[in-house]
Amino acid sequence: MSEFLLIFISAILVNNFVLKYFLGICPFIGVSDEVTASLNMGMAVTFVMTLTAPFVWLINTYILARFNLPFLEYVTDIIVIASLVQLVEMFIKKYSRGLYNTLGIYLPLITTNCAILFSALFLVLRNYNFIQSIIFGFGSGIGFTLAIVIMAGIREELEYADVPKPFKGAAITLLVAGLMALAFMGFAGMPSA
Amino acid sequence: MKENVLVKDTLKGLWDENPVFRQLLGMCPTLAVTNAAIFGLSMGLATSFVLLCSSFIISIFRKVFLHEVRTASFVVIIATFVTIVDLFLKGNYPEISKALGPYIPLIVVNCLILARQEAFASKKPVLRAIADALGMGIGFTIALIMLGSIRELLGSGTVFGFRILSLIAKGGWFRPWGIMLLPAGAFLTLGTMIGIINILSEKNSKNRSVVEERRQH
Repeated sequence: MSEFLLIFISAILVNNFVLKYFLGICPFIGVSDEVTASLNMGMAVTFVMTLTAPFVWLINTYILARFNLPFLEYVTDIIVIASLVQLVEMFIKKYSRGLYNTLGIYLPLITTNCAILFSALFLVLRNYNFIQSIIFGFGSGIGFTLAIVIMAGIREELEYADVPKPFKGAAITLLVAGLMALAFMGFAGMPSA
Repeated sequence: MKENVLVKDTLKGLWDENPVFRQLLGMCPTLAVTNAAIFGLSMGLATSFVLLCSSFIISIFRKVFLHEVRTASFVVIIATFVTIVDLFLKGNYPEISKALGPYIPLIVVNCLILARQEAFASKKPVLRAIADALGMGIGFTIALIMLGSIRELLGSGTVFGFRILSLIAKGGWFRPWGIMLLPAGAFLTLGTMIGIINILSEKNSKNRSVVEERRQH
């Protein structure tokens, strides 16, 4: 049990996907100017990430490893992600209009969110088992959500700050992200999985 | 005339539409692998190769793709070329392959590549698609080398492994800025560079408009 907790916490704080591995930077800069929008984006990412982890694990263990086809990993991973995203989109469009309205526009973007593919590759690299994979996927998603929501909170305040004109937008966002990464380095001393 | 268009397609990737500094595409590898100039160069070349090959293929078959599944089809083609690059690096340059680690497979979802397919290669003839991919690839590589050189210089006093600043530990004067090699340094460097480039291009466009005004008078 403590081992699962360790994977979960370290995926959120110590090895935060955005601030340690630079994953999902495009939505991190693009969507993070409003708290609600970035919370929705984070939820969509967490949802898809938790779902892809078990599928990728099953395909890797029972098909690719068994038939000795590891070089197909990238192609199968990306197909799993793309088709899952498509499936989720169709499913919530049919069954939950409200959820579709909040998550809908972010779902197509998620196919090319590098955080998802990275989590798929990472759980194979780390030799996680089935349950560990799901927990890792979920924790990474929460970590992404945490970073993007904090960023959105800061950027909402930045609206009122007197930022030099050439630094407005992407430049100041990156500088703020740098300071956040510095703060998150404080977690590096924690035990991690 | 036709050559003129090709040259224009190539050159726009270098400055006016530089993928990293102006379009903010492909940020993940830009930030992640640039703690040394050599890694920036390798990542830039790997990405350019994938971009060039997939632009070529997708431009040839641009009329075949179904509209609804085009993104998925593009991604599968890109993933194939990424696998080739990955195996090539693993076989010939195991050290670089190890250092870049999972960021090589992440070229699959590099938004720069997909964006060029979506915006250019899937609509334009083959030659123009190649010119565009070449320009974007070179622009991306240059940006990565710049970023990598700055971080390597300030973080360990070397550029491409050559010592430029002598370290205190070896009787010199320079105390390396450890932060430049860490994630935070990547964000700070890129943020500062984008700001500086905005200042420069603003000055440029002001000069241009002054010259044009004078011409008109």
